[in-house]
Amino acid sequence: MGPISSLVIMPEWLDLLIAFMIGTGFGFALEQAGFSSSRKLAGMFYGYDTTVIKVFFTAAIVALAGSQLLSYLGLINLNQVFVNEYYVTSAIAGGIIMGAGFIMGGFCPGTGISAMSIGKIDAMVYIAGGLTGAFLFAETYPLIRNIAEANYKGPVKVNEVFGISPGLFTLILIAAAAVMFWLAEAAEKRFARPDITNEL
Amino acid sequence: MPGKEKSQVAANLGIQRLLVLILLIIMKKKYMNPYLAGTMLGLVLLMAMFISGRGLGASGGIKYCVVSVVGALDRSHADNSVYYSKYFQEGKKPLTNWLTVEIFGVLAGGFISGALSKRLRFRIEKSPSISNTRRLIFAFLGGVFFVYGAQLARGCTSGAALSGMAVLSVAGFVTMIAIFGSAYIFAWFFRKNWI
Repeated sequence: MGPISSLVIMPEWLDLLIAFMIGTGFGFALEQAGFSSSRKLAGMFYGYDTTVIKVFFTAAIVALAGSQLLSYLGLINLNQVFVNEYYVTSAIAGGIIMGAGFIMGGFCPGTGISAMSIGKIDAMVYIAGGLTGAFLFAETYPLIRNIAEANYKGPVKVNEVFGISPGLFTLILIAAAAVMFWLAEAAEKRFARPDITNEL
Repeated sequence: MPGKEKSQVAANLGIQRLLVLILLIIMKKKYMNPYLAGTMLGLVLLMAMFISGRGLGASGGIKYCVVSVVGALDRSHADNSVYYSKYFQEGKKPLTNWLTVEIFGVLAGGFISGALSKRLRFRIEKSPSISNTRRLIFAFLGGVFFVYGAQLARGCTSGAALSGMAVLSVAGFVTMIAIFGSAYIFAWFFRKNWI
């Protein structure tokens, strides 16, 4: 039963080779999706291009439904898969700061790295900013430590909060995504900007 | 068993045709269909979960790059800091961390995709109504804000929002809503940069 890393002790080189391969697939998928274009990404927030929500939710659902299926078939033990810890204050505050950075820079860190790899100079400058941001965080950490560690709830799962099974929550999420995809397609027609999208 | 061999040959032909089809889709200069690209991204994430028991990440690797540079330049500063010191405990090396190696893979994967789709070119992408300088200043600030926020939230769009949602973590959903909600609100203030 997976994850494989819980079954065998991998030598470091193999673990890192896997990391590199998975990163390669990640960067490849991001670039193919068009996430190496900041104006395509920013389109999400003005309605003229909603690729972001389509790719993001399709990916989340494929991974979620796929892992639920593997778990149902007894092929993966989901208790061995990392679940993000929930710190209420920092999740919300950090998210708000990230949203501001998203609309200023036009990238998130993953898409920035992928855009940098095909020669986008704005993405290289964005990543330089990102390195600076990580440095500033490290240096200011003693000042904001209280905020960062406030309201810790542990690795809570969303289906547990609603008191439903993971499978049912997955179904609800798929239905919600279908509605969002429909709205996204409608928005692209309503807020179409051929002058921008033709350039991308 | 000639029958079995025949079906083997047919299956190999089928796989070859599928690979050619996938290559043809990629070689087109236009971007991939978003639902198809999303499925590919989801499968990569599922592989990370199945093989390594973890999700994807991007801001974590950026952090480890900074930590290793600080450690190399001023080791005593790193050892005396509550933040940096934990990354050097027990002989750990931030550069040979899973997340650091993964983002070098992202660079390679993006490059391969750009090469196949003929999108490799040095350029600044921006709205025609703003100057290059303005674009680059905002790109830099965007990077500073995004990664600072990602360190606070313990993950960015990939590590917290996408990977978090795939394991049904509340943190993932909350971070995702906060990122997109905030970007929609701030979009009005920065509209001149984009539209």
